[in-house]
Amino acid sequence: MSEIKKFMYVNRKAPYGTIYAWESLEVVLIGAAFDQDVALSFLDDGVYQLVKNQSTEQIGMKNFSPTYRTLGDYDIKTIYVEKESLEERGLSIDDLQHLIWEDEDEDWAEKDSISVVSREELGKLMEQQDVVLSF
Amino acid sequence: MHLLIFDSNHNNNKRYRNVKFGIVVNEGPYQHQASDTAYHFTKAALDNGHEIFRVFFYHDGVNNGTNLSTPPQDDRNVSLRWTQLAKEHDLDLVVCVAAAQRRGIVDQGEMERNGKPAMNIADGFRISGLGQLIEAGIQADRLLTFGD
Repeated sequence: MSEIKKFMYVNRKAPYGTIYAWESLEVVLIGAAFDQDVALSFLDDGVYQLVKNQSTEQIGMKNFSPTYRTLGDYDIKTIYVEKESLEERGLSIDDLQHLIWEDEDEDWAEKDSISVVSREELGKLMEQQDVVLSF
Repeated sequence: MHLLIFDSNHNNNKRYRNVKFGIVVNEGPYQHQASDTAYHFTKAALDNGHEIFRVFFYHDGVNNGTNLSTPPQDDRNVSLRWTQLAKEHDLDLVVCVAAAQRRGIVDQGEMERNGKPAMNIADGFRISGLGQLIEAGIQADRLLTFGD
């Protein structure tokens, strides 16, 4: 498969309560092996997926949030978080995990993976995709 | 259905052509209408000469692949309808293995591998990996998701 397509995985749901977030992450990790042009976006309650210091002991669910920190190792460097969704929930980027990737071309310099973008910008980015998978 | 896709070989001349669709079903039968809508879309696309590269069942959508459901006689049989459509059109109905293992959708191989007492995969469905979903995204002209 020589053709490279632009894939965007859209995450719209809270990390717990339903399985969408966790099974979306499974798709992203498997999909990384296909060498496509991959971006992730987080909007609506999906922004809660990236909140740091998650603890799930009291609800007896697996805390899968550390997995997001491995995305850089899977060569996933482009993560959009919608500004309005953060604001509507009283969150800022400081409430989110610091996700990075290492730039091979710059002596493995650590670079931020997350960009906060407006709803309008995110809409335009979605328009540029070949495949949008929404979870 | 007439879907206008720009054909790059005819830059100044937009034409109708057949489209290769990938279909994703993310919700189970009856609880949610996603599988019904996906079925009707798939059938309409095939009836109008389009191609369905694959139907991929994920999340609770894997429950569409059971052969153990017994809906009331005056209702549609969601799983059976997929089975029949697959038979008529040689469709590739793929159930995600990871999602299926969680929810107890089992074929012969899974039954033997995981020491389960039974299998329940409906005719026309097969269990495979998430790579099949990504491949559908790459190969299809359009990947359509049915679900919430």
